[in-house]
Amino acid sequence: MTPLAGYLLVAALLFSIGLAGALTRRNAILVLIGIELMLNAANLNLIAFWRYGPHPEALTGMMFAIFSIAVAAAEAAVGLGLVIQIHRHAKTTDLDQMNRMKG
Amino acid sequence: MSIVFYLLAALTVAGGLAAMLLKNTVHCALALTVAFAGLALLFLNLDAQFAGFAQILVYIGAVAILVVFAILLTRGSETPKDGVFSRTWLTGLVIAAGVFALLGWSVLQSMRVLPHETAVPAVTVQQIGVALMGRYVLPLEIVAVLLTAALIGAVIVAMHEKEDSK
Repeated sequence: MTPLAGYLLVAALLFSIGLAGALTRRNAILVLIGIELMLNAANLNLIAFWRYGPHPEALTGMMFAIFSIAVAAAEAAVGLGLVIQIHRHAKTTDLDQMNRMKG
Repeated sequence: MSIVFYLLAALTVAGGLAAMLLKNTVHCALALTVAFAGLALLFLNLDAQFAGFAQILVYIGAVAILVVFAILLTRGSETPKDGVFSRTWLTGLVIAAGVFALLGWSVLQSMRVLPHETAVPAVTVQQIGVALMGRYVLPLEIVAVLLTAALIGAVIVAMHEKEDSK
């Protein structure tokens, strides 16, 4: 097995774990954690392709990963703010009980 | 494939699994921190020092703390009586397993054309800084605007509305 294939398989496994968590957990915060894991798996793919790609000195994959980390941080801040506001409004973070958009 | 890679991969996957399977939400946040640390070490193992330390600063230093704050503010650490998984958990599990099967199959199919061990890229932080200030300056400015907007938006969304009392 080449090193790149190993990293890609780890990233695929981590992405699937995050997807499974985002689809199966009831707590809204844990769904956000699952989405963070999926984003991190994508970052691992980007860095691995940068490292084993033909032109690592062009820094393309590295830059993509750095910008992806920044965007993920913004997403986490807004998502957790939304969860806090929903909890204040509906008194729950259980997604199975949040079945209407009207307050 | 070195033994270091297998250890770090096992640590990362175990952290991710624990973050998604544990019942107590605070324990999930701690397991998430372990997964982030494992990913940062994998980045360092890939000779991407800048991305590895950015991962440690942003994810372990900021996102994990933010998640813990959100859990404590929403009292999410209390385990619900009717289980931590939703009613449609089987469907979600099947979808995730299907996605993993597809991704793993495509990686294994393309194994022949994947590149083998290459020379360690000699990239310094100075080169990254020059690239950020030169070729990638427009995305950098856009990310700065995005982060400012997200900061203000998160504060406004989470702000307590006093006059809107029912």
